Amino acid sequence: MPSTLPLKQAIAALVLALAVAAPWLLTGYDLNLLARFLALSLTAMGLVLLWGEGGVLSLGQGVFFGIGGYAIAMHLKLIDLSPSELPDFMVWSGVKTLPHWWVPFRSGLFSMLAILVVAPAIAALFAWAIFRRRIGGVYFALITQALALAFATLLISQQDMTGGFNGLTNYSTLFGFNLNRPSTTTALYFITLFLVLAALFALRWLIASRFGKLLRASRDGANRLRFLGYDPTPYKVIAFTVAALLTSISGALFTLHAGVVSPALVGVVPSIEMVIWVAIGGRESVLGALAGALLVNFAKDKVSTALPELWLYALGTLFILAVTVLPKGLAGLFGPDTPFRAARTGDMFARWRKDKAETERAHHSAPQPHSEPVK
Amino acid sequence: MDSAFLLGQLFNGFSVASLYVLAALGLALSFGLMRVINMAHGEILMLGSYLAFLAMTLVPGPAGLFVAMIAAFIGAGLFGAVLETTLIRLLTSRPLDTLLATWGVSLIMQQAVRDIFGATGVSVQAPGWLDGGITMGGLQLPTTRLFILLVAAAVLAGMAAILRFTRIGLLVRAVNQDRPTASAMGVNVRLVDCFVFSLGAAVAGLGGVVLALLGPVTPNVGQSYIVTAFLVVILGGIGSLAGSAWAALMIGLFMALAQIVVDVSFAQVLSLLFVILFLQFRPQGVIAVKSRALDAE
Repeated sequence: MPSTLPLKQAIAALVLALAVAAPWLLTGYDLNLLARFLALSLTAMGLVLLWGEGGVLSLGQGVFFGIGGYAIAMHLKLIDLSPSELPDFMVWSGVKTLPHWWVPFRSGLFSMLAILVVAPAIAALFAWAIFRRRIGGVYFALITQALALAFATLLISQQDMTGGFNGLTNYSTLFGFNLNRPSTTTALYFITLFLVLAALFALRWLIASRFGKLLRASRDGANRLRFLGYDPTPYKVIAFTVAALLTSISGALFTLHAGVVSPALVGVVPSIEMVIWVAIGGRESVLGALAGALLVNFAKDKVSTALPELWLYALGTLFILAVTVLPKGLAGLFGPDTPFRAARTGDMFARWRKDKAETERAHHSAPQPHSEPVK
Repeated sequence: MDSAFLLGQLFNGFSVASLYVLAALGLALSFGLMRVINMAHGEILMLGSYLAFLAMTLVPGPAGLFVAMIAAFIGAGLFGAVLETTLIRLLTSRPLDTLLATWGVSLIMQQAVRDIFGATGVSVQAPGWLDGGITMGGLQLPTTRLFILLVAAAVLAGMAAILRFTRIGLLVRAVNQDRPTASAMGVNVRLVDCFVFSLGAAVAGLGGVVLALLGPVTPNVGQSYIVTAFLVVILGGIGSLAGSAWAALMIGLFMALAQIVVDVSFAQVLSLLFVILFLQFRPQGVIAVKSRALDAE
């Protein structure tokens, strides 16, 4: 339908213009919220690839979120200190020397690399171990949930090295920029916005690619894929790894905007909340997941400040409604999301039918004796 | 390390395993039959604990515990039946969606209990005959823990007897082995589903009662056991009672023995690694029910 296209593009351009103008339109508090939730939407978009396209539900994304968040927070804790000093919480716990695995985080470059490498590496190893034994579905979801629980418990128990329940907070500079100045927060907002847009287009491209097609095939019929000579394992492993990378970046950005990372952001409950953003927004639509992450989080912010007791009821109801009434999420209301493949979707038998019609026409036009075709 | 300490840890392992059996048995049964995991199962444990609190407040004295067990068994079972007919049934053959929907139920239940009973929790007065313990070879075995072991063993035996000797047990086994064929032979598979789900919830209710004997009853009491119970189901193999019992024992003993060397949180991480490693060698779990289905993922 060509008549609807300009409308869609106009809306997209308007939203983008509003997003770019946001630092001048919103108050500092609201801008910070928007930046946080945009950062979270990276996690949600990763889940679209993993869950929507790959059919692999992970209830442990908090682990990768935490790895990214803690990597940047450790760097931020160390950057203000002289080599002989220790982060404040270590001093309080009576730690005398910096633990050896903290030392490399003095380097900004190492911390950036850690954000980009550690979570995907762990994810790839973990996913390979599980998927190669053809363990999937509910099993995978529950194992990842146990992973999230173990990670959060470990963080809380190692009070002297991880800051325990309070996590890591109270930092001020990043690469020499003061994090509390409005210009820095605006710049960080634009970095976040850029990364979100980049992830949006990259994921839509990935989903439309041959990889995406095989990933969907491994979701819908792993055994048929095997019969056709493909191994579904690497597709699922790659999807899990890409999702972990996005989640790790998401965690690092969120930590910068929120100024804190703690076990309360990475455990079982936050991990499953990440899934609900995607379920509400639309598990098969990258754009839907982005919208879902923003909507659910703004709603959470508004509801839980006004009526704190009500939020858990609302969240619980959202979970139930999202899967019973709106299995395709809000994006499902707007028709299928077909990124970059509009030309190819449609009637896959069209050519076959056309050929058949042509042969039939040729048959009919030819002078025929009274003979029925043999059935 | 002296042998008494080691024996003590072994006893702890069995004791923890008995809790896992009670928490995981219902999950394993309904997972085997319907391939769904009920994330609100932990909250059914919690429901059992609060029912025990109510029953033992209403009926004080030594008989209170038995009233509590009957009340929790019936109450949790009824709740399970309602949950199955109103929600789980709508989501057949969408196991991951069931996971999310039942998680929503668990959030609502937790908040509801928090609003009714308060966030700090209530405590149950255990009857006097559970105080003290038995001393065996320098080892103090608390009566409460022994009682829980007994309950778990009785529940296991009872379940096995139901499945083995009753007509409904026969139907459950039939549906477990081959759902379409059982359905074609005239078995009311939906009724069987509902029965098994409700029975599993009732057992979880009993689990809630014994949890109430061990510590204060809070809205989060189920959450602390449920993730490990999920691991027990995974390790045990699909729909096998014996597999679940073995898996509970393996994880319980592993946790208890690991705690000799490391602290509780590391033991938790190690037990997860243990499960993942175990699945590398036996992805079908401890005991696998043989099936000809290819798409058993």
